[in-house]
Amino acid sequence: MSQLITGVAASPGIAIAKAYRLQQSESVPPRKTAGDAGAEKQRLKEAVEAARVDIDRIRERTLEKLGAQKAEIFEAHLFLLDDPDLIDAAMDMIDSDGVDAAYALHEVSSSIVEVLRSMDNELLRERAADVKDVAGRVISKLEGREHSALSELDEETILIANDLTPSDTAQLDLDYVRGFVTEIGSRTSHSAIMARSLELPAVVGAGTAAAGIESGTIVILDAVEGKVIVAPSDSQLQDYQARKREYEDYKLRMQQFVNRPSVTTDGHEVELASNIGGVEDLEKVLANGSDGIGLFRTEFLYMGRSTFPSEEEQFTVYKHVLEKMNGKRVVIRTLDIGGDKELPYLTLPKEANPFLGLRAVRLCLERQDLFRAQLRALLRASAHGKLAIMFPMIAVVSELREAKRILAEERASLESEGVPVSNSLEVGIMIEIPAAALNAEALAKEVDFFSIGTNDLIQYTMAADRMNESVAYLYQPHHPSILRLVNMVIQAAKKHGKWAGMCGEMAGDSAAIPLLLGMGLHEFSMSASSVLPARELVSHLSQQEWAVLAEEALGMDSQQEVLDFVNQQLRSEA
Amino acid sequence: MATGTFTVIHPQGFHARPSKLFVEKASSFPCKVTLHKGSKKANGKSSLGLLTLGIAAGDEITVETEGEQEEQALQELGAMLTKIYEE
Repeated sequence: MSQLITGVAASPGIAIAKAYRLQQSESVPPRKTAGDAGAEKQRLKEAVEAARVDIDRIRERTLEKLGAQKAEIFEAHLFLLDDPDLIDAAMDMIDSDGVDAAYALHEVSSSIVEVLRSMDNELLRERAADVKDVAGRVISKLEGREHSALSELDEETILIANDLTPSDTAQLDLDYVRGFVTEIGSRTSHSAIMARSLELPAVVGAGTAAAGIESGTIVILDAVEGKVIVAPSDSQLQDYQARKREYEDYKLRMQQFVNRPSVTTDGHEVELASNIGGVEDLEKVLANGSDGIGLFRTEFLYMGRSTFPSEEEQFTVYKHVLEKMNGKRVVIRTLDIGGDKELPYLTLPKEANPFLGLRAVRLCLERQDLFRAQLRALLRASAHGKLAIMFPMIAVVSELREAKRILAEERASLESEGVPVSNSLEVGIMIEIPAAALNAEALAKEVDFFSIGTNDLIQYTMAADRMNESVAYLYQPHHPSILRLVNMVIQAAKKHGKWAGMCGEMAGDSAAIPLLLGMGLHEFSMSASSVLPARELVSHLSQQEWAVLAEEALGMDSQQEVLDFVNQQLRSEA
Repeated sequence: MATGTFTVIHPQGFHARPSKLFVEKASSFPCKVTLHKGSKKANGKSSLGLLTLGIAAGDEITVETEGEQEEQALQELGAMLTKIYEE
């Protein structure tokens, strides 16, 4: 009978092959006393040098196969061999306790591993694997064993292991290994990161159930959903063989869209951008061929710390993102905090309705010291790429004017200091309050662009808290009321020669994209993983046709009617 | 002795590449380098020391240098804590 085991999908893909259980006996060196401390230290020194030769060889192989970035893991391993807290500490222990080298190094490294494993930060916890890998290699040398547990494979295999060390993963024989399953680990483990760059399907953190998988058993590895099916039935096998083909076709198809422009069948070009919450999201943005960044939330700079970030710190971050995007537009939203998002170092009066209170630009206009520091950092960064500054939560024209006045003051003051500021810097607002959507014509005259924040716009229009499940049915992005507001904003922008974008979840929704395209939305900003499917969708649509269809949808009565209409159109076009 | 407090902004915290660069830089100075985060402290010339401090973005780290070139070490190491690295 088949057995289902679930874990974390660490590197997507589907594989079907026989399991190969990696034997990983973790021998703890017994406490032995060494007669001659000097000789024992010499043995340790020699073992370290032998390990160094091994690691350097793996480093070179990784450099050839996977490039410099992945090879750095092994540079770090070489570096650990020289760390005063590791080998020197073991040397000291040989002297002070009179023990042998293997025991001393095991004691020293285990206590470091323990400390690292108890860390809150997952990335730091994962570094325990490096210390274990390096110390284990030296101990193997001392005991005259081979360190790598990977034996010779001679058929297609899915590896099953408690955990794979970085050096194990780098040395996998890709002629035979089709994927792997580990009992421990997470998406940020070295083995998971390596698997992604090798494009090898992997499920990690599958728990002790994975320990029971015997070598030779057929296994389905579904690293899209994070499932492992042991000893599948014939029908499961057939099902997964089909899914595997589909997945591989899909991946290939999406890959073709990475470097293509986002163009419709009638030659209308739009921008498909990504939303980011921090610098760490950039890698995905670039890998998915985004046309830009449509929303950079700056809140992460302010959260989880005890003081405000300095202008200098912010400048470093903004400049980094702009440079990474290499001339593509980056829309950075000024601080959207207050209300429900609190900072420990910013005491604000308690409010009965935080979502309707002193938040975002309202707070920034009140606390100009914060606002000015951020604006100065942004203005300075503007010289390093294509920057667009966006003010959130604008309700009325006077707020926009005040924000722009402060921006102009800071620009003038920087320029008088001789600091370069870009002349092509764009300034726009987020449209997320119905009042702003209704008055978009007046606002359009004073901005370079609009970006419609649908999450809040829907919640304010429907008067329904997004987080409250009892009113979740009112979250209706395709409702004609929402569509009409969105359309008003787009038409107002167009009339005044400005561009309109959208940075809520709706922008990546396949049933909303055709309508938004038809209304004339220029920029769609979504999670990075939605960009390629959206680009494929857009490439099948005609802007002119959907302009007519969108007009029709705007006159409908309910979300259901709109959805049925769009889906039927999409089906008939397919 | 020289001391200074710096806020780390590198998003992935301080391990792997940044910590390696930091330790190399720290080791190039003759003075002693000690890092403090809250009540924890570590040898600034040990990447394991840095790791066990668990430095994350937003953390305030106090650097203490003692001995030859302590001022220059403090200045250069402080700058390394407050930048973003390619990873």
